[in-house]
Order: sequence, then C-alpha cells, then structure tokens
Amino acid sequence: MNAYLADVAVLARKDLRLELRARSTVPAMLLFVVAALVVFHFALPSDSSELAANGMLWVAIVFTALLGLTRAFVAEREQRLIDGLLLAPCDRSAIWLAKTLSVLGFLVIAEVIALPAFALFFSGIDGATVAGVALADLGICAVGTVLAAMAVAGRARELLLPLLFLPLAIPIVVGGVGASVAGEPARYLGFLALYDAVFAIISWASFEYVVTE
Amino acid sequence: MSAEEKYVAAAYLVVFAFVVLYIVIMALKLTRLERQVGELTELARRRAGG
Amino acid sequence: MSTWLRNNQVPALAGLAAALLCAAIALIFFYAPVDEDGLNQKIFYFHVPIAFTAYACFGWGAWKGLLVLWKGRPGADLESYVAIHQGVIFGAMTLITGSLWAKFRWGVWWTWSERQLVLFLVLFLFYSAYFMLRYSLEPGPQRENLCAVYALFGVVLIPISLLAIRLAENYIHPVAFNKHGPQMATSQFATFMVALAAMVALAGALYRVELLGKRLDARLRELRELLA
Repeated sequence: MNAYLADVAVLARKDLRLELRARSTVPAMLLFVVAALVVFHFALPSDSSELAANGMLWVAIVFTALLGLTRAFVAEREQRLIDGLLLAPCDRSAIWLAKTLSVLGFLVIAEVIALPAFALFFSGIDGATVAGVALADLGICAVGTVLAAMAVAGRARELLLPLLFLPLAIPIVVGGVGASVAGEPARYLGFLALYDAVFAIISWASFEYVVTE
Repeated sequence: MSAEEKYVAAAYLVVFAFVVLYIVIMALKLTRLERQVGELTELARRRAGG
Repeated sequence: MSTWLRNNQVPALAGLAAALLCAAIALIFFYAPVDEDGLNQKIFYFHVPIAFTAYACFGWGAWKGLLVLWKGRPGADLESYVAIHQGVIFGAMTLITGSLWAKFRWGVWWTWSERQLVLFLVLFLFYSAYFMLRYSLEPGPQRENLCAVYALFGVVLIPISLLAIRLAENYIHPVAFNKHGPQMATSQFATFMVALAAMVALAGALYRVELLGKRLDARLRELRELLA
C-alpha cells in the first residue's frame, strides 16, 4: 500500500514539476476561465436571473477542465514517455491516480482565481457552491483522466476528448448547479459524492485496460 | 375504428411486414453465404497448409 | 425440423420477429382500447418497447465489453460493437417516436419534462461518441479494450443520468405538462407485452443479421489472404 502511494506521489510530483518548469497549461487555464466569464457576461441579457449566471460558472469550469485534460497525456504520447511509464514496476492504476491528482491540482489553481472572479463579475459565492465545486472537481478529474488516455490513443485526440467528456459531465453540471442554486443543496452534494464514488471506482479499475497496447 | 384509422393500421402492417420479410430474406441469404465461405476457407486453409 | 432450426438460427429469429411484430401491430390497432388521447396514444406502444429494447442493447453491449476485458473472448468485441450499434439505432427511434408523441400530445416537438426523452438524448450523445472513439483507433487489442471500457462507462451512466435528470427538474423551470403514467388495463398490458416482445425480437434479429454480415466480411478477408 505504501509502495503504491509512493508511486503515485512520484508520478504526481513529476507532472507538477514539469508544469512548474514549462508553465504552459495552468496559465492558459487561468486566462481561459476569466475570459470565458467575461464572454458569459456579454452572453447573458440584462434581465437574466442571478441563477442563470450560476449556470454559466459551471460551463466555464467544465470547459476549463477540458483544456487541462486535453494536455494531460499529450506529453507522454509525444515523447513516448508512456512506454517508460508502462515498463515501470508500478500498478497501472497508480498512473491514473497520479494523473488525476495533478489535473485536479491544476483545476483547483484555476478555480482559486475563477471563483473570486465570478463573485466579482456576477454574484456572491456561498459555501454550498464551493463544496459543489470541490466535489465536482473530483468527478471531473477522475473520469476525465481515463477519457483523456483513450482520446490520446487515437487519431483526432483534441477533437475526441470533448465528445467523450461532455455526456459524462452532464450529471456533474446538474449536481453542481443544483448545489449552487437550489434551496436544499445537500441532496445535490450527495449526488455529486455518489457520482465521484462510482466513477472513481470504475476509472481506477479500468485504467490498466486503457493504457495496455 | 373509423375507416381512415383502419387505413393507418393497414399501412403500418404493410410497411412493417415488408421490412421484416426483407430481414428474413437477408438472414437466409447470409446464412447460406456463411456456410459456403466456411467451406471455401477450409479448402483454402488445407491448400495453404498442406 | 430441429436440424434446420439449428442451421438457420438467424432466419428463424427473424421469422419470429416478423410474426411478433405483425401480431403487435394488429393488437395495437384493433385490440387495445382507444385512450382519451385518441389514436395518438398508440405511439406509446411503440415508443416504450423501443426504449426498453435500446437499454437492453446497451446492457448487452456492456456485458460483451466485460467479456472482452475479463475473459478476452475473441468474438466479444464485435458483438459489443454490433449491440451498441443496434442500441443507437433503437435510441434514435426512441427519440423520434418520443418527439412524435410529444407533438401529438402537447403540440411541441421537444420537451424537457419527459425524463426518458432527456435520458435518451444524453445516452445518444454518449454512444455516438463511442463510434467516434472506435474509428479514431486502429483495429487491434487496444481498440477492443478501449471500446469495452467505454461501453461499461455507458451502462453506469444510465442510472446516474436518470438520477441527475430527476434532480435537475427541481431547479429547471417547471413546464406545465403532466407526466403520463399509464395505469394500464389488462388488454392494454397484454398489447404492451406483445409489442415489447416484438421489439426485443426485432433487435435480436437485426443484431444477429449484422453480426453475420460482419463475420462474413472477416472470413472473406481471410479467404483472400489465404488464396493470394
């Protein structure tokens, strides 16, 4: 178990260190999410409810996550690092967990900027929204990592990932918007937790089949 | 059931009957083809192997 | 007789589907009582069995996907693909018949208040992406594995999406339509069951026919290689 977690830590640290050096993905995600929020301001007519704006926050998060996920395995594929990773004597699912954690890290950094920006541009953020974002992030990264690995294996990778991801993101959006907007957020937060649990398990279990060649 | 509703029903029946008849015919043809291809493949394998 | 049946399973299944379908149509139009909605309500006898059959196809596809990953059965990938293909076809039919039903009942071509319709929209998007995935990969064991994993994700998505859609209704602007929950009379129920059996048999027959065709393609390719 300790060896497993150690593997995960090593792999995750590698990704974070690479990003620190290259500084390509996170700044792009930050800029994208703020730009998207500005676009949404202009997309919402003046008499739109505050609730509509909450929906827009979730759209922004989903697409920002897509940006990060699209980059997730590109480095491995391009530089053939994936073969090296697969030869390493670690459980394949450790690769999944490490990648999920690193993408999660990038997404959280983007949201640290996005949520205050949203509060500034639109309306305030309450605790339920933050909890919703946190839970949704877990689901997005868990599922997104598996799908990113699938997309990267084929030809039209940047085209494919949004197609694969968006249908699976619909329940997340429902949970998140519900948590932000509805009177009793607990039900939606519970649903997000269920989504996370279910999809994390099958993502963890199926990842080794996704990277095997 | 008015007369026009009977026509609707008859139309459905006719269309579906044709479609499924087509499926039955295709199924028969494919089954026959599969049997023949199987025999040919056996012959070819024997020729390639032996 | 039984040897003929054994050698001609697929035509026999198609024949069964034909008989059931004709029986179902006869029952739908001539036996089942006309509801308050009039003749339009009869679309229900098509729509729900088709929807159920689509779920069954997706489930079958996921099962075959599991066999690919777990047992490594050689034919399972093709069977999974054909099952999902049939599922998407029946799913499209569900959306079309559902849309027609909505038009007849409420005068709109689409409504977000029909849970099954919304669920099918999500599933249709999901499984259409399956084909995008499949055709972006070279044929081989990796494609088989990836498609199998995706099929399994799909079958998990079905209940989760249904739950999500139900939850979404609480904050999405409520539409002033009533949910149609038929409490069926026995004659209606019998008609429904025959229609259901007919659709499942039809899907089964189409599945076997398509599988036969694709296997034939593979055999012919092998033949060509052997003779070349």
